[in-house]
Amino acid sequence: MSEQRDEGYDEWIEAIERGEGYALECANGHGSLPPRRLCPECGDSELEKQPLPDSGTLDTFSTIHVATPAFTEDAPYVVAIADFGLLRLTGQLRGVEEPEVGMRVGVGIEGRKTTEEPLLVFRPA
Amino acid sequence: MTGVRIAGTGHTHFGQFPERTGRDLFAEASATAIERSGVDHSKIEALFYGNFMGELAEDQGHQGPLMAEMAGIRAPATRFESACASSGVAVREAVKDIRNGEADVILVGGTERMTNLGTAGATKALSIAADELFEIRAGMNFPGAYALMAQAYFSEYGGDRVDLAHIAVKNHENALENEYAQYQRAITIEDVLEAPPVAEPLGLYDACPITDGASAIVLVSDNFAERTGIDAPVSITGTGQGSDRMALADREFLARTPAATAAAEEAYGDAGISPEDVEVAEVHDCFTIAEVLAIESLGFFEPGEGIGAARAGETTRDGEIPINLSGGLKAKGHPVGATGTSQIIELARILSGQHVNSDAVSGAKIGLTHNAGGTVASTTVHVLEVVA
Repeated sequence: MSEQRDEGYDEWIEAIERGEGYALECANGHGSLPPRRLCPECGDSELEKQPLPDSGTLDTFSTIHVATPAFTEDAPYVVAIADFGLLRLTGQLRGVEEPEVGMRVGVGIEGRKTTEEPLLVFRPA
Repeated sequence: MTGVRIAGTGHTHFGQFPERTGRDLFAEASATAIERSGVDHSKIEALFYGNFMGELAEDQGHQGPLMAEMAGIRAPATRFESACASSGVAVREAVKDIRNGEADVILVGGTERMTNLGTAGATKALSIAADELFEIRAGMNFPGAYALMAQAYFSEYGGDRVDLAHIAVKNHENALENEYAQYQRAITIEDVLEAPPVAEPLGLYDACPITDGASAIVLVSDNFAERTGIDAPVSITGTGQGSDRMALADREFLARTPAATAAAEEAYGDAGISPEDVEVAEVHDCFTIAEVLAIESLGFFEPGEGIGAARAGETTRDGEIPINLSGGLKAKGHPVGATGTSQIIELARILSGQHVNSDAVSGAKIGLTHNAGGTVASTTVHVLEVVA
């Protein structure tokens, strides 16, 4: 972990790591991620934690070859967006040679090569 | 309400000038714009200035008053930051101020110094336009973000890398004789397809280069233009702006850019025109796929139809609606904070017959610019018309 804490975000990452990932849901059914006080879609203030489903659907992916300095040792790697119902998540896809849109993936936290930061990772469910 | 005229424009060469300071780049562009406008420095009532990464590239924030100084003007000066749409936003605010009667003469422009950072450094600096917590920390960067959009587009509508390659080839072709362009060099479909991958499916030639440069425009009211008798044939008749959720993953559609649609609809309404009236456009092609998303969002093509437009010759210089006759960001270059005003300068020159590619649309009266920030979480659209 970095020395700087990011309240809301860090707790969310830790929850994903424990397998207790969640999204925030407003009274109108919109999903969002913390830290958040109002729904970004409708401004509703009644945000409640809802557990993420065990798996989501891969919506899109890309193998990145030219990385920023924080990921040079990791490249090439696959960045992906997966749909978990209330919302989509952006992470890295591991454990699959030929990714396909529509495949089922789970989400967890893993290490990375260039830095010590935690990384949101999708793996085939 | 007064109209807003383009009285003078200035544009540095776009390219790699790692040793030139941002202030020197803007000094060149602004001096040219003011001189060509025929307006005395003392008449300029404000500077609206776009810049994105000055803090990262040369440890220089607070660039408004600095750049007013470099332009040789004493007037209130404000920097606008909206990622790659920074100077597009500056133009829009200047247009509103002139229309509202707040000012008759405003200097608007932008600068970016980038190549001194190197490729990795500039890629990192650009990435701050994405969501730091939920995108950057996952390893997404801008080539990666547009690659995700390209893959989503292919999945939803079809199309392939050859379709995208035709966009790169077209825009390089358009820049061949453009003295401002970073790349005055033709490329082939094979060059694009065989280039090293950056973020699949996008390769090196699907991406715009990293660029240093500046651009500046003197905008004046109709009244000022008529009173002083200056030659300002092109007017900005429509302005629009749209925003969207910051992170790509939070958008309803991964292969559409509704912020651009919102900006375009506002600009069309403002100018009293429809997409069919637009004869030529400069759009924000930071990556080849971005041009596809732009021409669909602007209403020139239906969703799913834009991908084949360059390949079919519909957006080439002899097509129904030539796109990026300047060479676009792809070949002209993309000094981020300078791009919004650069697009307007190039389009004004095209419409007034002063551009090397004006002949491609001779007699055209109405054009459009589209300037996007981030993964199109910010967009400005402007309509330009020949009025005199």
